[in-house]
Amino acid sequence: MLESYIEQLQRVETLGELNDQVVALRDTLDVEHVVYHSVNSTGEQYAALTYSPEWVQRYLDEDYTRIDPVVQACYRRFHPIDWKRLDWTNKNVRNFHGEAIDSGIGNQGFSVPIRGPSGQFALFTVSGNASDDKWASYTQEHVRDLLLVSHFVNQKALELERGTDQVQTVSLSPRETDALTMLAMSYNRAQAADSLSISEHTLRVYIESARFKLTAMNTTHAVARALSQGLLII
Amino acid sequence: MLRYIYADDLHRFPRLARSMFVDRAKQFHDRLRWDVTLRDDGTERDDYDDANPLYVIWEDTTGGHGGSMRFLPTTGDTMVNDHFLHLTDGVEIKSPFIWECTRFCLAPGAPAQVSAALMLGGMELGLNNHLSHSVGVFDARMVRIYARLGWGPTILGTAGQGRDATSVGLWAFEPELRPRLLSRAGITDEMSRHWYDRSFGALTPTAKPALSA
Repeated sequence: MLESYIEQLQRVETLGELNDQVVALRDTLDVEHVVYHSVNSTGEQYAALTYSPEWVQRYLDEDYTRIDPVVQACYRRFHPIDWKRLDWTNKNVRNFHGEAIDSGIGNQGFSVPIRGPSGQFALFTVSGNASDDKWASYTQEHVRDLLLVSHFVNQKALELERGTDQVQTVSLSPRETDALTMLAMSYNRAQAADSLSISEHTLRVYIESARFKLTAMNTTHAVARALSQGLLII
Repeated sequence: MLRYIYADDLHRFPRLARSMFVDRAKQFHDRLRWDVTLRDDGTERDDYDDANPLYVIWEDTTGGHGGSMRFLPTTGDTMVNDHFLHLTDGVEIKSPFIWECTRFCLAPGAPAQVSAALMLGGMELGLNNHLSHSVGVFDARMVRIYARLGWGPTILGTAGQGRDATSVGLWAFEPELRPRLLSRAGITDEMSRHWYDRSFGALTPTAKPALSA
């Protein structure tokens, strides 16, 4: 499911299309809302989100970034956070929270702050209506997907910012190529590590790094992408 | 006690913060003689301290620094990727599931449990944030100490010799190692969770949506 989503995301060539893909994530992830908001190193901003235009306008008019606990907790930071860990007790914050819920944001949320190169920062959020138990099991089950997809959206946004006329190429280091090549030849991890004279942990980290650069959901997907891009010679 | 503090929050802990940067000067400049820059006030800081890293700090009973280390996500700029590619086989390590750990520092005369407590703090960060590994830059002679504490790294590479020897290594976040670290640090499961929640906020049940007044 997410794998085919990532394939679509890869084909995006404009910010308009990226916006459509962020909106499409709402169904893919089965949540009420998805928000992606990026601030680059020169302070330029880009946002794609599913909130109602009325709520967005209200938020901007009231300058709610001042008190929004999600912004306070996530700005320039990098650990993902369930909104239940935030402090909503202050009276202004309570009112803001009530308004947000009335505007259909949902009573639950999970935010992933993203740190890109050269001080780039982005925030990715999913929100919805659920009991605490339901939400806990949802986030527990999907946290890995949420972390991955949020970073892949960010990588795409960064790529578009650099300009689409540049041919998108992933460059892997020789060691990453070696590791993926071994897996493509159906070696298991232990055999691959042994052949490359490295430990299995080292192999895992090299594969993980390559997987992330290739925007792949898992190892199999990474090998397939590397093969289709002609990065591996078998 | 363990504290998890982002750089932009350090101002709330002025004594702890200052003693951490002073102890870093003592360890990395005076003792190990690494090529680090000291400031006029006797503290050691680098560019990565300006990138809003997350510190894990052991606060001693007087409110001073007992030991610390510094974390940054590898999706952003990191010391390993900027300066130590020759020790990682040229692999630029980047993943949302890998954070970098640098500047593992102990206050002079810190008791042995402090090292264990810091390792525990690192483990808590990893397990709570769904990380697979941490990639670290450290004084090569610490390898035996890390291993003795029950959580040794996989060495990717080492440069230099003697007290100049600097290694890059990987720590895997494996939940089954946590009990051993708790016991080496002499810290209970409950206390460690409590310290974590105090820094990052506890999971509090969602209030029922307030009825409009």
